[in-house]
Amino acid sequence: MQTTTSANEARKGWLSLLAKAPPARLAALFDGIGDRPGFTWLRSPEIGGVMLRGRMGGTGAPFNLGEMTVTRCALKLESGEVGHAYVQGRDKAHAERAALVDALMQTGQAAALREAVLMPLEAERAGAKRRRAARAAATKVDFFTMVRGED
Amino acid sequence: MYVAVKGGEKAIDNAHEWLAEERRGDPSVAELSVAQIREQLSLAVNRVMAEGSLYDPDLAALAIKQARGDLIEAIFLIRAYRTTLPRIGHAEPVDTGAMACDRRISATFKDAPGGQVLGPTFDYTHRLLDFALAAEGLEPHAEEGLPAEGKMPRITEFLNKEGLIQEEPRSDQAPPDMTRQPMEYPAGRPLRLQALTRGDEGFVLSMAYSTQRGYAKNHPFVGELRIGTVPVEMEIPELGFAIEIGEVVLTECETVNQFTGSRTEPAQFTRGYGLVFGQTERKAISMALVDRALRWEELGEDDLGAPAQDEEFVLSHADNIQATGFLEHIKLPHYVDFQSELELVRKIRAEAMDAAMKEAAE
Repeated sequence: MQTTTSANEARKGWLSLLAKAPPARLAALFDGIGDRPGFTWLRSPEIGGVMLRGRMGGTGAPFNLGEMTVTRCALKLESGEVGHAYVQGRDKAHAERAALVDALMQTGQAAALREAVLMPLEAERAGAKRRRAARAAATKVDFFTMVRGED
Repeated sequence: MYVAVKGGEKAIDNAHEWLAEERRGDPSVAELSVAQIREQLSLAVNRVMAEGSLYDPDLAALAIKQARGDLIEAIFLIRAYRTTLPRIGHAEPVDTGAMACDRRISATFKDAPGGQVLGPTFDYTHRLLDFALAAEGLEPHAEEGLPAEGKMPRITEFLNKEGLIQEEPRSDQAPPDMTRQPMEYPAGRPLRLQALTRGDEGFVLSMAYSTQRGYAKNHPFVGELRIGTVPVEMEIPELGFAIEIGEVVLTECETVNQFTGSRTEPAQFTRGYGLVFGQTERKAISMALVDRALRWEELGEDDLGAPAQDEEFVLSHADNIQATGFLEHIKLPHYVDFQSELELVRKIRAEAMDAAMKEAAE
């Protein structure tokens, strides 16, 4: 059970990363590793809407905020592993690549794939986040108190 | 009597072809790409996503291009597209406490932990036209600082610790969805917030402004305004666990309102809440003020008869697509309706004329 939980955590990690990855970057990295394995569709790519929710006051009861576009698909490799993808936006090729990565991460290619695809995506994402946070930090106000000369 | 009228197909086709040509403008000027709109008119894109109620910057940019910059027309296009999308499901409520903030300010606490982070704001600009922007090829450069680690704490939490602000009870009850069932009144706060977040910015702004000017006055302070990115998590049935399916930029505004107490509530601060897609702070602040005004009943306040206290009035007029649909339909052919009114007025006048003639003759 413990191993299932940590396996799920790891899988959640890469599925979440793939969902948010810029489609062009995933395409460049994934298409660079060689031939695609054969697969059959369990669910061919489908574009839909997911309703987002917020909480009143940020922490209270939920309310519906509006939808976002999501593309999902599921496929099965010839070797039997099943890959799923739920990715932001309307790019079917992106969903297909994400599902292929998910399936291949369950095979002997996992280490190679992690190195060639997931680690660069993760690093670029962290870099972009850091650059944005640094720009925000530069706009933090430093207050100084004016001394009134009354006495 | 209903009379079907055919005709005008050729005129309509030609009108639409001319529209396409006018949309393109002077062909000697380079054409706008959708990516340029997405990147360089991002606040327009944000507004279209918020009021179109669909988070997809590329689609919103396309809609703006197609609508020639008419944002309500663009919102209309997004709403129409939205209805064609199968609903995959719903996400977990976003955790705005974990937001990666681009901006975070408080008008109530100068030394708020986490600090006052201005972000890319128009505030403190002089509102003078910058003619340098008319020249191309400028490469702006933003300074970098040292980001703080960890979450940005919520301002209202400090007040909450002292019990000075009304509690926001947490629940996981599934909220009603106005896109799935027709509105009924009283709508309740979850539906109000859904309607306000997709409501017309101008309308919500004016309603909020009316409360500031004294119609259902409720003394708001912006306790906190934050803009930034939050991940969107969704439970995936076929996996049996939740994953992040994307991330969105949101603007959140929490107002802290003076409240002297009522028959049912002690003196304390009360809250108004705004949460909107994109960097849309005018809308988020407006939403928070209107949310607070509409809570008069649950807080035991008096009904002052102010427009912003009237839930049905506010919610049924906040949607610019409904409003413009009903308003603009009156320009479409009403030949038969008008013909009948014309005949009616002629008949009344003729009768009145006859009666007057008769009277004169007698």
